[in-house]
Amino acid sequence: MAYGIKLHIWGDYACFTRPEMKVERVSYDVITPSAARGILEAIHWKPAIRWVIDKIHVLHPVRFESIRRNEVGSKISAAKIKTAIRNQSTQDLYLVADDSKERQQRASTVLRNVAYVIEAHFELTDLAGEEDNEGKHLDIFNRRARKGQCFQQPCMGVREFPAYFSLIEPEQPLPESGLAPEQLNRDLGWMLHDIDFDNGMMPRFFKAELKSGVITVPDFYSDEVKA
Amino acid sequence: MTIQNRYEFVYLFDVSNGNPNGDPDAGNMPRLDPESSKGLVTDVCLKRKIRNFIELTDEKTSGYEIYVKEKSILNLQNNEAYKALGIEHVSKKLPKDINDANKITSWMCEHFFDIRAFGAVMTTEVNCGQVRGPVQLAFAKSIDPIIPLEISITRMAVTTEKEAEEQAGGNRTMGRKHIVPYGLYRVHGFISAKLAEKTGFSETDLEKFWQALALMFEHDRSAARGEMAARKLVVFKHNDALGNVPAHALFERVKVDRINGEKDTPASSFSDYKISIDKTNLQGVTIEEKF
Repeated sequence: MAYGIKLHIWGDYACFTRPEMKVERVSYDVITPSAARGILEAIHWKPAIRWVIDKIHVLHPVRFESIRRNEVGSKISAAKIKTAIRNQSTQDLYLVADDSKERQQRASTVLRNVAYVIEAHFELTDLAGEEDNEGKHLDIFNRRARKGQCFQQPCMGVREFPAYFSLIEPEQPLPESGLAPEQLNRDLGWMLHDIDFDNGMMPRFFKAELKSGVITVPDFYSDEVKA
Repeated sequence: MTIQNRYEFVYLFDVSNGNPNGDPDAGNMPRLDPESSKGLVTDVCLKRKIRNFIELTDEKTSGYEIYVKEKSILNLQNNEAYKALGIEHVSKKLPKDINDANKITSWMCEHFFDIRAFGAVMTTEVNCGQVRGPVQLAFAKSIDPIIPLEISITRMAVTTEKEAEEQAGGNRTMGRKHIVPYGLYRVHGFISAKLAEKTGFSETDLEKFWQALALMFEHDRSAARGEMAARKLVVFKHNDALGNVPAHALFERVKVDRINGEKDTPASSFSDYKISIDKTNLQGVTIEEKF
């Protein structure tokens, strides 16, 4: 892969929510390819390219912690906004956060002290014009990642957990893994690969396996990835 | 004009004899990081105070309304609105008319400060997508471990007649308060110029945001909070909208050192700390000490 990149990412907390447990969020053990893609897109993305995650190196032991917060139960309804626009008044347009109907106390089981290396490359999409070529986008990404530039600060699953990043240059060694020998190989079970936005937002899953501290991510449309 | 620079900030605030943020999982004890015994304050707790402050100061200013309010009024006219508009709430997908959705989103951004700053999800039955706000806060964590105290208090009255009968006229109830004797908390924040473009977060909004950080605790006095105060706000302003230096490298420039007492033990006042900022070799970033 000539135009692959390696990015070191780390953070104090992370929450890669399991879709089957998202009322009281429980995180996957490791970052999902989908979240990793989001981190790369926060640094550089254009409709002309599509990021593909190849490998995820897990650098820190998997540890969990629980946090319970007051959240709100409902979302802004478009109909309410339309009424307000029509009436030219925001008077009735608000959400009462501590109303007992709205307030929900939810716990999140989140990861602590995470660090990964993402190995990825991108492909050009149908939207790529004549001025798009692989070298250009690769250079933009590398330049930004090297300088710490980003479109927005990337996050570890949710925005309250910022992700810090630094580019690993091709000749640079990977950061040392902090995993104990018995943690290097593990079956992580079925894990979300990504959402198939072309096919009605269909989630697709793959069998994640940690081998010598590395998860090899299969191709999104391969047989190993099931919807 | 939306903001043209990326910002990061380090915000320090402290608490004396109060509970900065109760943990609903632990009977409203102050939040603790179980690993290090350091105190935590969640991002949403601080955002609540920012919203409250803006609501307090700019309630009547057009464009500075607050969507997520803290008030106990029942006001949900959802159904009425649906009826009035004759909208079917069948589809949960993005609306067919993209102009409609954009119009709704931008109207909300224009009118509500909290939506411009923090974003909002409008994916209800009638989906209008969501906006991501430029302002992102992480969890606040205390510099040193804290030791929460449980204080028992008494009330010289009871609520019900039944209780009074049971106590045969003693009429006393016991209660509990949890306090942190002292804690200095540090939080990191991020403001993306590129997302500001999308929600219309302006220079004026940014000034109001800094003002909220400076003054929000002054208007959040309560029996539970004790004495809370904003102590320091260090802002890193990047020349480039995308940024010039990685965020983590900037945060490392702000050092909070313990000058009185043993490091990693609970502190007793703000004078136990020294804050130093490394301003050398800044390339494309200016440091503004707001206070």
